[in-house]
Amino acid sequence: MTWLRKIAEFYYDGFRAMTVGKTLWAVIIVKLVILFLVLKLFFFPDALSGMDDGQKADFVSRELIER
Amino acid sequence: MTLLDTDLGAVVDWSRAQFALTAIYHWFFVPLTLGLSFLIALMETVYVRTGDEFWKRTTRFWMRLFGINFAIGVATGLILEFEFGTNWSNYSYFVGDIFGAPLAIEGIMAFFLESTFIAVMFFGWNKVSRGFHLTATWLTAVGANLSALWILVANAWMQYPAGMRFNPQTARNEMVNFWEVLFSPVAMNKFFHTVTSAFVLAAIFVIGVSAWYLLRGREEKMARKSIRMAAVFGLFGALFMLWTGDGSAIQVARYQPMKLAAMENLREGQERAPLTIVPGIEVPGMLSVLAHHSAGAYVIGIDDLTEGNPERGLPSGEEMIERGRRAIETFAAFKAAQKAGDTAAADSIARLFDPQTEEGKAFGEEYFRYFGYGYLTSPEETVPNVPLVFWSFRVMVGLGIWFVVLFAGMLILDRKGALARYQWPLRLALWSIPAAYVASQAGWVVAEVGRQPWTIQNLLPTGAAVSRIEPGAVQTTFWIFAVLFTILLVAEIGIMVKQIKRGPADN
Repeated sequence: MTWLRKIAEFYYDGFRAMTVGKTLWAVIIVKLVILFLVLKLFFFPDALSGMDDGQKADFVSRELIER
Repeated sequence: MTLLDTDLGAVVDWSRAQFALTAIYHWFFVPLTLGLSFLIALMETVYVRTGDEFWKRTTRFWMRLFGINFAIGVATGLILEFEFGTNWSNYSYFVGDIFGAPLAIEGIMAFFLESTFIAVMFFGWNKVSRGFHLTATWLTAVGANLSALWILVANAWMQYPAGMRFNPQTARNEMVNFWEVLFSPVAMNKFFHTVTSAFVLAAIFVIGVSAWYLLRGREEKMARKSIRMAAVFGLFGALFMLWTGDGSAIQVARYQPMKLAAMENLREGQERAPLTIVPGIEVPGMLSVLAHHSAGAYVIGIDDLTEGNPERGLPSGEEMIERGRRAIETFAAFKAAQKAGDTAAADSIARLFDPQTEEGKAFGEEYFRYFGYGYLTSPEETVPNVPLVFWSFRVMVGLGIWFVVLFAGMLILDRKGALARYQWPLRLALWSIPAAYVASQAGWVVAEVGRQPWTIQNLLPTGAAVSRIEPGAVQTTFWIFAVLFTILLVAEIGIMVKQIKRGPADN
């Protein structure tokens, strides 16, 4: 477990010592929140979600035949 | 060709525009990550071998800029995957088996390799041994470039579908040979051409920023040595890039002749085809040499593919459309037989889609390979935007040649001890930074606009690949992305410029 603690300390010390890295992490977090909690949830639903494999096959088959 | 006069046409056009926008923005960040990661690994190698603190300081400076670019760019590629599922659901289902494997490997292997060792790279100075830190830096570079491999394998499959079989039962393409997908000639060439172009961009970035320091009379030693290393790295990268570019021409001539014809605006196919430098300036026979490595070779023109050329064994566009329709009708017949419970008929038709059977092989050669043409209404729909492809190709190649000259010029000036003597080469180097980005994007425009109307060459055009969604929804997210990515790009440039002005930190 000592090595686990050392790894945790490594990351903790690293994040604490960041300078421009803090700004970059803020950008990353804001970006990920916008991507996953806004865009993915509200604007990018999976068009085939809620279908099982058979239903997807039928749906796409119809699309390929009728387009 | 825009299709905005129908709802489906509007969805196609806005979905294409959105994918292009997000891919272009994503590609602003990726090449610098790919190339700069190796440059800093090389710089740190010099530090570890010599123990010279100068190289540690230099490495940490460029590593900081690498970190900025990496952080701003990270996850911008995920948006493309969102779009696959929402805007291109038919396509993502149709290819799921083929795309899924490379993207999964990319996510699990390369990304974790990259992100694990990036932490050591940034946090590990003075905490881990020099050797371990250097290993972490090299593994970050390798991880980043391995990510590129899998994405490019997936993209190469779109240009040259191989190693798969269409299963009419599931209406999906299933991978039957992983190695054929991974080591397809298009995939390998595309990977090496793309990463070496990224090496060139990164080298120009380092040279340009270093030139800025020399123009300001600051950090002269760091600037000179960075220019020297980047110029050597860039020159090797550029020469390899030109070589793989030649390979690309061979691949495109063989597997995507319409794309090559568009790149050259070659209407009529001909032997000893000339290479057009710009309209009005041609090199006789050179296109035949580049496309087929044979001065007398016949290069297929746009009209050959739309009108046909029986002498050359080229079917007309109308004929390919007819064969494609037959393939789709056969698939429809299978579905009807399946629905009616007619197992014998369904099995008989299913064998036509199995290239392992004699009838499947024949059906594939004669009809299934034109499957996507069955969705088109006229041969003209197979012609991409010729002016855009034509000029993008010239921008890419022209700038690529300039970059070779720049690297060589910098090395000559460095050898003479004259890097800081004249201002004009330094200004040219600085202005080459945006030029490198333009060239890099132009290459993708050639590759992706040149393959239109295909999402999968010959098998699925954009009109059949796109989801049935409201065009307004795609329009909305298009503008959201335009704003979001512009903010990110402005933020990156702002943070980067601030750090460059600040210079290497003394620690």
